[in-house]
Amino acid sequence: MAKAPVLPRGFELPLKQRLPRIGSIDQVAVEQRAAELAKRSIKKESKVWALELAIRCCDLTTLEGQDTPGKVAALCSKAIRPDPGDPNVPSVAAVCVYPNLVPVAKERLAGSGVKVASVATYFPSGQAPLDVKVRDVEDAVALGADEIDMVIDRGAFLSGRDAKVFDEIVQVKHACGDAHLKVILEVAELGTYDNVRRASLLAMAAGGDFIKTSTGKLPGAATLPVQLVMLEAIRDVYEETGRKVGMKPAGGIRTSKNAIQYLVQVHETLGPDWLTPDLYRIGASSLVNDILMQLRTQKLGAYQSKDYFTND
Amino acid sequence: MTDLQKRGDRSPVPTDWTYAPAPESTDIVSLQDRYELFIGGTWVEAKEHFTTLAPRDESPLAEVAQAGPEDVAAAVAAARDAYRSWSRLPGSERAKYLFRIARILAERSREFAVLESLNGGKPIKESRDVDLPLASAHFFYYAGWADKLEYAFPNRKPKPVGVAGQIIPWNFPLLMLAWKIAPALAAGNTVVLKPAETTPLTALLFADVLRQAQLPAGVVNIVTGDGRTGAALVDSEVDKIAFTGSTEVGKAIQRRVAGTGKKLTLELGGKAANILFDDAALDQAVEGIINGIYFNQGHVCCAGSRLFVQESIYEPAVEKLKKRMGTLRVGDPLDKNTDVGAINSQMQLDRINELVAAGKEEGAEIYQPPCRLPEKGYWFAPTVFTNVAQSYRIAQEEIFGPVLSVLTFRTPEEAVEKANNTPYGLSAGVWTEKGSRILWMAQRLRAGVVWANTFNRFDPTSPFGGYKESGFGREGGLHGLEPYLSFDGAETFGG
Repeated sequence: MAKAPVLPRGFELPLKQRLPRIGSIDQVAVEQRAAELAKRSIKKESKVWALELAIRCCDLTTLEGQDTPGKVAALCSKAIRPDPGDPNVPSVAAVCVYPNLVPVAKERLAGSGVKVASVATYFPSGQAPLDVKVRDVEDAVALGADEIDMVIDRGAFLSGRDAKVFDEIVQVKHACGDAHLKVILEVAELGTYDNVRRASLLAMAAGGDFIKTSTGKLPGAATLPVQLVMLEAIRDVYEETGRKVGMKPAGGIRTSKNAIQYLVQVHETLGPDWLTPDLYRIGASSLVNDILMQLRTQKLGAYQSKDYFTND
Repeated sequence: MTDLQKRGDRSPVPTDWTYAPAPESTDIVSLQDRYELFIGGTWVEAKEHFTTLAPRDESPLAEVAQAGPEDVAAAVAAARDAYRSWSRLPGSERAKYLFRIARILAERSREFAVLESLNGGKPIKESRDVDLPLASAHFFYYAGWADKLEYAFPNRKPKPVGVAGQIIPWNFPLLMLAWKIAPALAAGNTVVLKPAETTPLTALLFADVLRQAQLPAGVVNIVTGDGRTGAALVDSEVDKIAFTGSTEVGKAIQRRVAGTGKKLTLELGGKAANILFDDAALDQAVEGIINGIYFNQGHVCCAGSRLFVQESIYEPAVEKLKKRMGTLRVGDPLDKNTDVGAINSQMQLDRINELVAAGKEEGAEIYQPPCRLPEKGYWFAPTVFTNVAQSYRIAQEEIFGPVLSVLTFRTPEEAVEKANNTPYGLSAGVWTEKGSRILWMAQRLRAGVVWANTFNRFDPTSPFGGYKESGFGREGGLHGLEPYLSFDGAETFGG
């Protein structure tokens, strides 16, 4: 019979469950809770406040093969001043583009306080050698990106190579320097809430400043239960370490009503501390106009035609 | 650019997000000043009346009749009259009426939901999303059985029992009405219903649904009043008594009915155990535990009022539980964002206060999250007791309020032993990721319902009822028909 290998000195068997435990997620219950929270009725001044917050937390995004400097420039103007008719409407948090378009965005947004975020790490698939991904990040940072949205290697994650995923995030974080790192889990490819939770904890442990649901390139991106699972993971990390990690749902949030449901969930899961662009972002492209329309409705008491809002 | 700079730096950051009030309008409900007794399809004047209140602010809502023994006798006589033709109606015809009632309830659900919250104090989101849909679903479900009784009980010749006297509680006034009336009518019985003293209004509004559905006169009679009316109904010439309420009153009824030949079903109190294992999905379990005890202010006979936590996760579990309690929104039952509403009555509030005081005195540690309770009305903050011993009153007696007692266990055997160590046996909850353990526990827990990784879930197709002092007889599902049927050609009192 083979002898058991001698354990290295000081090695502690990981038998004790620690918090945050990887734990598990009950699908039925988490969906039920998300559905309940979605029924909150947010009215009047609390609605206006939420809508303005949603704009302040918005990462206005364009990630198309057909993006041009002109398109990005238009988006930047929208980001700074979403509603030209109402100076009280705040700027969005950031503009999110491909690395090549970072300089255009940087120039257009200079002095406005609106950040430039760039996707990197062989977005959206992440299926490239690590040095290519790191180089991608370094370039984006050198071009002026304030924030990097990376994708995890889902291939590695789903085949059980958690360490590879972890190491990649660590290296990308290093390459980011001062830039903030958002880690995209691409939940639509993870398949289960258990995986979403595991990937969330992994991304936070590896140093991600934000965890983000999706690339926006797949259907079934951000959903309310998925965000709830991620918020609970963030809460567990905060409870244990005191570290506040941000949250960014992306993809599929198109209406004000939907955006408010996401904010309510943050409010009632993590508390008011997270209701700030420093810790919460919404990745969206068409959401802003719907919010503007709702804000004006709150102020005027009647809906205005879509033609009163600019398409950028 | 300076202008832009200012805009970018401008940060109108309020520190807190307070939800604006979102009250459900009460305009949809029009109340009469005074309600009489619904007997034989008409309103019969009573001698005495009493005032029914809105527990959220103690404001009077209406005057309600106090039925005396002679009123009850008249109602039973009307039901007996109606029984002759109702019991001979083909099942498919009875079903038509039940389907109609179900549909009308669904159509008027907002009106009923508002009235239920107004008179009972429960949050509008619960009466809207739980009480009303379930009440309507019960009528739909039993409507489906009305013409299939021969198939439901093959070779047993099911026959109606006669006139059923039904006494219901104040925690789910309309839903309990549906649980009682739907199977009774489907089986061919007629009914005299006594709603609870503090919550008669939805039952009285239900009389209008019966009018709309053109149910024959006398098939359902509604007599309001206090315990005296209930006692008169128990003593009257009915063939069956169905009671939902406290174990104390249930025992009294059983004594009075003994030897009379009346059939009896009792659905009584509970002290349900929620058992949390260390491998459970913790956040969802906490959510379920919260729902288990604070749903309907804990005015639920199957409320998960005892929480048994495996010692290895005691601290994180209790910590999460307390944090979650802090986000419960206590207040106006008619606000759509309210999670915990008003206590049903002064009497119930006194009872809760008494037991909570006993808990403190016995040495349990109390925690209540900071929350501002309205000044008027009956209110009690969500409460959890830790450091509770099995022998404390708060671990033994039914509190019927938003009060949770937390105890611990080490092994599955110990959990079963402690959970079963109560005179009650209505429901239990098991929280674990391990399927085999769920089955192992369910076989050993002496409770009528065992929920796994959920709590307080109801469906008309699922039978509900107790072990031991939680009562006998089942409501819901096929089992729920049996108490309203006699079998194998046995003589019935009615007809």
